Amino acid sequence: MAEPVTEKATVELTIDGKRVRAEQGEKILWAALAEGIAIPHLCAIKEAEPPLGTCRLCLVEVEGQGVVASCVESVREGMVVHTDGERAVALRRRAMELLLADHPLECKDCPKKGKCDFLQLSIAMKVKRPKNYRPFPREELPVDASHPRIIFDPNKCIRCGRCVWVCKERVGEVPFDFIQKGYEMRLTTFMDKPLGESDCTGCGECVEVCPVAALCFKEGG
Amino acid sequence: MKKQVKGNLNDLRQGAHNTWEELETSALTVRIGTPTCGRAAGSLDTLQTFRERIAKEGAEAHLIEVGCMGLCFAEPLVMINNPESGLPPILYGPITYEHVQRLVEGFVLGDDPCLELALGTVEFKEDGTPYIPEMPRFEIEERLILRNCGYIDPLNIEHYLARGGYLTLQQVLQTEPEKVVSEVEQARLRGRGGAGFPTATKWKLCRQMEKEPKYIICNADEGDPGAFMDRVVLESDPHSVIEGMVIAAHAIGASRGFVYTRAEYPLVMERLKVALAQAREIGVLGDAILGSGFNFDIELVGGAGAFACGEETAMIASIEGQRGMPRPRPPYPAVYGLFGEPTVVDNVKTFALVQRILEQGGEWFSRIGTPNSTGTAVFALAGRVEQIGLVEVPMGTTLREVIYDVGGGIPEGRQFKAVQIGGPAGGCLSESSLDLPVDYDSLKEAGAIMGSGGMVVLDESNCMVETARFFVDFLARECCGKCTMGRLGVKQMLLILADFVKGEGDEEDLDLLEKLAEDIGQGCLCHLGGSAANPVLTTLRYFRDEYEAHVKEKRCPALVCKELITYYVVPEKCERACDHCVLTCPTEAIVTDERTRLKKVLQDKCVKCGTCLDVCPPEYSAVIKVSPPEKVKELEEAAGG
Repeated sequence: MAEPVTEKATVELTIDGKRVRAEQGEKILWAALAEGIAIPHLCAIKEAEPPLGTCRLCLVEVEGQGVVASCVESVREGMVVHTDGERAVALRRRAMELLLADHPLECKDCPKKGKCDFLQLSIAMKVKRPKNYRPFPREELPVDASHPRIIFDPNKCIRCGRCVWVCKERVGEVPFDFIQKGYEMRLTTFMDKPLGESDCTGCGECVEVCPVAALCFKEGG
Repeated sequence: MKKQVKGNLNDLRQGAHNTWEELETSALTVRIGTPTCGRAAGSLDTLQTFRERIAKEGAEAHLIEVGCMGLCFAEPLVMINNPESGLPPILYGPITYEHVQRLVEGFVLGDDPCLELALGTVEFKEDGTPYIPEMPRFEIEERLILRNCGYIDPLNIEHYLARGGYLTLQQVLQTEPEKVVSEVEQARLRGRGGAGFPTATKWKLCRQMEKEPKYIICNADEGDPGAFMDRVVLESDPHSVIEGMVIAAHAIGASRGFVYTRAEYPLVMERLKVALAQAREIGVLGDAILGSGFNFDIELVGGAGAFACGEETAMIASIEGQRGMPRPRPPYPAVYGLFGEPTVVDNVKTFALVQRILEQGGEWFSRIGTPNSTGTAVFALAGRVEQIGLVEVPMGTTLREVIYDVGGGIPEGRQFKAVQIGGPAGGCLSESSLDLPVDYDSLKEAGAIMGSGGMVVLDESNCMVETARFFVDFLARECCGKCTMGRLGVKQMLLILADFVKGEGDEEDLDLLEKLAEDIGQGCLCHLGGSAANPVLTTLRYFRDEYEAHVKEKRCPALVCKELITYYVVPEKCERACDHCVLTCPTEAIVTDERTRLKKVLQDKCVKCGTCLDVCPPEYSAVIKVSPPEKVKELEEAAGG
């Protein structure tokens, strides 16, 4: 295979003491992952521009700049990144704790059992559901099984926004989006109609990117 | 108004000037403030009554509807100029419809200035800014933004033109855009939306972008509870903001502008619509502005009532028709803004100041205020002060001067406790900060923010834990919900604070709250969410003892938190024969001892509504609140059961 004629400009930066070359404009997260340096992340989608930046699990420290979201911040020449900075780690743990505190931990009967990105990440980060938090007053919502292929369980949703992004950008359909604000923000269809009555084509792109069991294929995915 | 040929602004201004001069020197004028705040105080009734009485008497007086002078405590305001009396114009307030007859007979038809209703005489500074020499606040105030507010008719463009309006724009259009930017740079103007980012830096960045089209957005989405600066400016002097926007558009090369305001500001929408149409008619807006090759028009966008849309990237999303949620910055709007194009987003007051800077020069502006925070700051002074209202003072004025000299201090002889600055996401500063100069950096150092300019004064009867809970409750409901820290973190803070005001929680929870707030401050996606930590962090910093009293002693020192207080009738003070409290108690929780006639509150029946305390005649003041609730037992035992 022939070499590409033109190469994109690259920059050199340091991540956790390792010298890394990355394409100009690349986000820190993807540059690190390409070098085998792990940074927790849930909402990040490489092609998303501007990035979603919602989960706050990929925070790292940049010398002279402080804490940044690595999925949002682009690499720069000479940049020095620490993924294990004390503040960044504490903030990532805080974000994970908050998500766990708001998530129904019914993993035993969960359709995503054994392949839940969210659970695996919490184990990797060694974060457990915090005991000293006040319980979030989450009301249980009905599970929507009206669609022939997809089951939507709003109770499991961690509001990362990946499904909305892929549906809009890759599929071009917008059967669902977030409504309400603050703690009440939730994913739903237009006018709260059942998913089966929406424009959803059932392509399943959203299920592929859902890190929890909010969107699953029927019959065990 | 006559239809004018575009580019013929000088003739129009001369005509407006002549009319204005005649009005000022020889006509009998009655100015009535009818902005939203004045209307709430009844100024439309005042206006109507004036209209009827003047018609009935056949007096030749000009009734002029003006905007807000900022003296909210004295609304509705009326200013009468009766040149024949030989007296200067006089400002009256509060003037409800009941006072109108007296004023008409006294000062409209006669030469009795009705001094018992007057606030003071009106005099004018060199630049035409009206002031009231009898009111000490005007010695401290310096009105650059509010210059015309409450004096000109906002719906009459001739008034604006007569006072030099759009003259600056005419000159600016003859200048190179770079020079306009460098004038703003020399002024060292910082954005009045709250963050205080240097305006010229933003403009330069946007100007350098080799992309077309470029946009200008005026942020008038004033969502802070208790803040009304932008509303007043737009309702009272909309053309100054429009002129500032056209100047900014020329400077950065923008072709389209937007004013994003709250749909809950119907009068702002209405007056802006009129003002924009007038501006187009005289050719200062639209194609080939004032005969130059420069095209720029402004569109009005009404927000749907989301606080988060005051954040610039959420505002951009909202104008695009998307859900109003902030997105990560960078890229900043100056690089990647509305519809992906370079966009400058500035606050209403910033544009109003741009007009003044280009009129008077950047050097002039930079001499006002402090070296790092130049110019003036506008505050909406509210809460426990004698004279609430809008205040415009040079940066660097101390909080003490604003609260005591301009605001007249704390009413009813109460003690000052705190001042909450910068809106709900601002901070509460204590008495130790009273001599702090008001500027971006000093406030930030103290833990607060300049914010958009809300300033709420609190006294000893306010509980700081409840105050923090109140603001966090607002922020938890109004944050967009996009990121984990904002959606869940702020809600968790609220849940903890809701426990504290009930006396639930321990010292570890205090620690958890503090750490949580620090994390939210640093880890949020947008600065709006991050600033939600401020009310918690500043109250913890300056009023930690109150938090400790709540969680350790289950005591509310300000006697505010319902769960931590009980009502008690002091036997030595109770008149006994008076049954006010017994008769008004909605739950029959107060009983009379048959023998002694002393009153007793049955705690299990009491719902702590406070009616007994309100109705107990002031000469007795026998009903008191005690905290912690158990203390009432001690008092009862001491009184002999």
